[in-house]
Amino acid sequence: MIERTTNQKAWWLVLPVLVLVAFNAIIPLMTVVNYSVQETFGDNVFFWEGVTWYTEVLHSPRFHEALGRQLMFTFQILAIEIPLGVIVALAMPRKGILVSVCLVLMALPLLIPWNVVGAMWNIFALPDIGLLGRTINAMGIDYNFTQQPGAAWATVVLMDVWHWTSLVVLLAYAGLRSIPDAFYQAAHIDGASGWQIFRYIQLPKMKRVLTIAVLLRFMDSFMIYTEPFVLTGGGPGNATTFLSIDLVKIALGQFDLGPAAAMSLIYFMIILLLSWIFYTVMMRDEDQK
Amino acid sequence: MRRLGWLIPTIYIIFLLLPIYWLLNMSFKTTNEILGTFSLWPIEFTLANYKKIFTDPTWYNGYINSLTYVVINTVISVTAALPAAYAFSRYRFLGDKHLFFWLLTNRMAPPAVFALPFFQLYSAMELFDTHIAVALAHCLFNIPLAVWILEGFMSGVPKELDETAYIDGYSFPRFFVKIFIPSITAGIGVTAFFCFMFSWVELLLAKTLTSVVAKPIAATMTRTASTSGYELGLLAAAGALTIIPGAIVIWFVRNYIAKGFALGRV
Amino acid sequence: MAEITLRNLRHSYLDIPLSDADYALKKIDLSWQDGGAYALLGPSGCGKTTLLNIISGLLEPSEGEVLFDNTNVNALAPEQRNIAQVFQFPVVYDTMTVYQNLAFPLKNRGMGSSEIDRRVKEVSGMLGLADILGKRAAGLSADNKQKISLARGLVRPDVNVIMFDEPLTVIDPHLKWQLRSQLKQLHQRYGFTMIYVTHDQTEALTFADQVVVMHDGQVVQVGTSEALFETPEHTFVGHFIGSPGMNVFPCQLDAGGVRIDDHHIALDVSPATTHGTDGNLELGVRPEYIHIDPSGMPVEISAVIDVGRYRILDATLGRHSFKIYCPEGVEIPQSDVRVRFDPRHAHVYIDGWRLAGGAR
Repeated sequence: MIERTTNQKAWWLVLPVLVLVAFNAIIPLMTVVNYSVQETFGDNVFFWEGVTWYTEVLHSPRFHEALGRQLMFTFQILAIEIPLGVIVALAMPRKGILVSVCLVLMALPLLIPWNVVGAMWNIFALPDIGLLGRTINAMGIDYNFTQQPGAAWATVVLMDVWHWTSLVVLLAYAGLRSIPDAFYQAAHIDGASGWQIFRYIQLPKMKRVLTIAVLLRFMDSFMIYTEPFVLTGGGPGNATTFLSIDLVKIALGQFDLGPAAAMSLIYFMIILLLSWIFYTVMMRDEDQK
Repeated sequence: MRRLGWLIPTIYIIFLLLPIYWLLNMSFKTTNEILGTFSLWPIEFTLANYKKIFTDPTWYNGYINSLTYVVINTVISVTAALPAAYAFSRYRFLGDKHLFFWLLTNRMAPPAVFALPFFQLYSAMELFDTHIAVALAHCLFNIPLAVWILEGFMSGVPKELDETAYIDGYSFPRFFVKIFIPSITAGIGVTAFFCFMFSWVELLLAKTLTSVVAKPIAATMTRTASTSGYELGLLAAAGALTIIPGAIVIWFVRNYIAKGFALGRV
Repeated sequence: MAEITLRNLRHSYLDIPLSDADYALKKIDLSWQDGGAYALLGPSGCGKTTLLNIISGLLEPSEGEVLFDNTNVNALAPEQRNIAQVFQFPVVYDTMTVYQNLAFPLKNRGMGSSEIDRRVKEVSGMLGLADILGKRAAGLSADNKQKISLARGLVRPDVNVIMFDEPLTVIDPHLKWQLRSQLKQLHQRYGFTMIYVTHDQTEALTFADQVVVMHDGQVVQVGTSEALFETPEHTFVGHFIGSPGMNVFPCQLDAGGVRIDDHHIALDVSPATTHGTDGNLELGVRPEYIHIDPSGMPVEISAVIDVGRYRILDATLGRHSFKIYCPEGVEIPQSDVRVRFDPRHAHVYIDGWRLAGGAR
């Protein structure tokens, strides 16, 4: 880490970023806060409502269900993507042209527009024309994600694994590449087993990048909107209605601006709080030394 | 075990490529064939879907619009983030830690939360349905990311470089442009890649802030899907074409992608 | 403890080496006595680390044998060879405490916990790690981490050899001396075989009984520091050892000596007559053995560099430039400087290898 010197003029260097982000963050955030404490019946007439909407959202079963689904979804994709990403990264080739080929092919899903991801999985998983749907049904399993809540849920999870595991792979691979050979050599001389090498060398050295991976995957999966919206539209029923989808339904579908704004802020706070907890827990050991 | 190690990446890559293959397969079929028969490759191979996209302005303008705002956003994000990242990597100043954290929190703001206020804000500024509106809106999450990645790269450049340049009589702007920026080109490449990526894949804000003139290709796709019924072949072709810009960009930065996030500080 | 012999060793990192240049190690025959303190000296890229990794079993040689007490160990994995290695950068297990770090190699070999405890305590005491046994290894300073790497080797009973791959690179200069002398003490007390790789001649010469000098994948000389200085077997050793290095002049054989251009230098060159003289002949003489002498050969002095207790003269003899070591109290004439090469310390080299000359 570089020794930094105190220099208040550095604010001038930060100013452009500050202006651009503040413009995009603070004004809309104020708008949301404004809506969240008022009631409107159109025509730009507003009535003060205080914390009514907050209480309403916090007590609404609909919000609880969406939050529950969101937490379950995020937990499941983290539980699959992080270990899977690490396993793939461990098995990646270390040098040669194959590395580039692997990296490029793996990064491909990350650069496909999210609605295209949804549309692609739609035609991939449809039971009549999709390769996946057709294959599963041919194996004798009744599968139709447009009608069965369980199948819809599984398809959305699988799509997210397809879409984002590569990010974990890239990060974990970067972490592994930064381990000098001497660590492996010393471990061999010490008679360490493959598992011990993973447990005591690779995992600790990957900790930093894995923290980033968990944080990014947590945040992004918590905000997921476009892909499931295109794939399932939040259905069947409410089976795949996550927080963002529900929010847009309320705000743009029903035009309930007050509750939508209150829900937005609660939603944002939950992400901030959980990210902070993740970060603190994962970095706790670092601070002890 | 060691000998079978190659199996894991291979299976994983096949899993990644299957849906893409299916998309390509569909894009070379006629709508009738898609709905009528099930086959692993196109039986009546056709390029009609691609031809339609390259000849119909509502389609190809979608690509031009998307690329336009993505490029503008990348340029703005990187340009603004460079001096800021330098400040964070070299100086201590009042509120620096809070500012850095606040910037990162914007990466955590769900676009769904901001969709409506953004619409109102940019309408009020009379920027609705312009490329610059989308480019500016995407700064919300791209600038924090750019600052974060660049700061990591800059911390890897020894401070002696700066000091030597000042002793040699360089002014700050001249030093920054002539010496410092060339020494972190890899970092700038990685940052530009990630900005390009997140702006290219985002749809919710892009769709909210445009209607006709600056409509992104992704929005053209969704609107076509709902208005003209079930032209799956056409949609598949349009989708397949959205993969190309990303693939080109990845190829150029393949040696640096893995480093990008790894160097950012947590 | 064991005697280590390397027989006809060759190694290439390529699958199919085509020429000699493709070999990182070109035919090495060497034996390391049990309990010796060896230094492996050579510039970066000469094959030192390759040789070390072959002995430790991290690399399998392309050709030849590695013998521990006359038993071939080529097929044995590093952990079966019972060796220890300390690397250039400290290797510690970050998530373990210092104690767990030291216990790790013993546990993996199935030693009982009371025995482990006894050994860990003993070794940590010797290295001054006893106070920090309970600390997490991750937060320690570089020299303490390097001590842990060393201790993980020392803690094991009957290690055949401990190898050091430039272990002091990341250590602060004032701690370097301290660690090095601690190492010497440990060696004297326990008598394990030590191989110490370095590119720093002072480090090698002060540390080892025997110095093995490597150059371009070959061992060019094995000897005490004195032998390396007085009788370099290869012009490379002459250059590499000593500061400044040995002067080398192209020369021809002559009756009763050699000739540099038209200057005759009397030398005992009898081995040359039996050896044949095809090849590139050179005369090597260290700056310390060139004396200012009015009866010698005329030279030009182009610069005098005062280094405190002595001076180094930049000189030319005809087309050849060289250096002269000039101790305190010796006058340098203003003009017509003449020098004489000490015939007991001048050597004749053919294609780089020593052929004749020097004191016997």
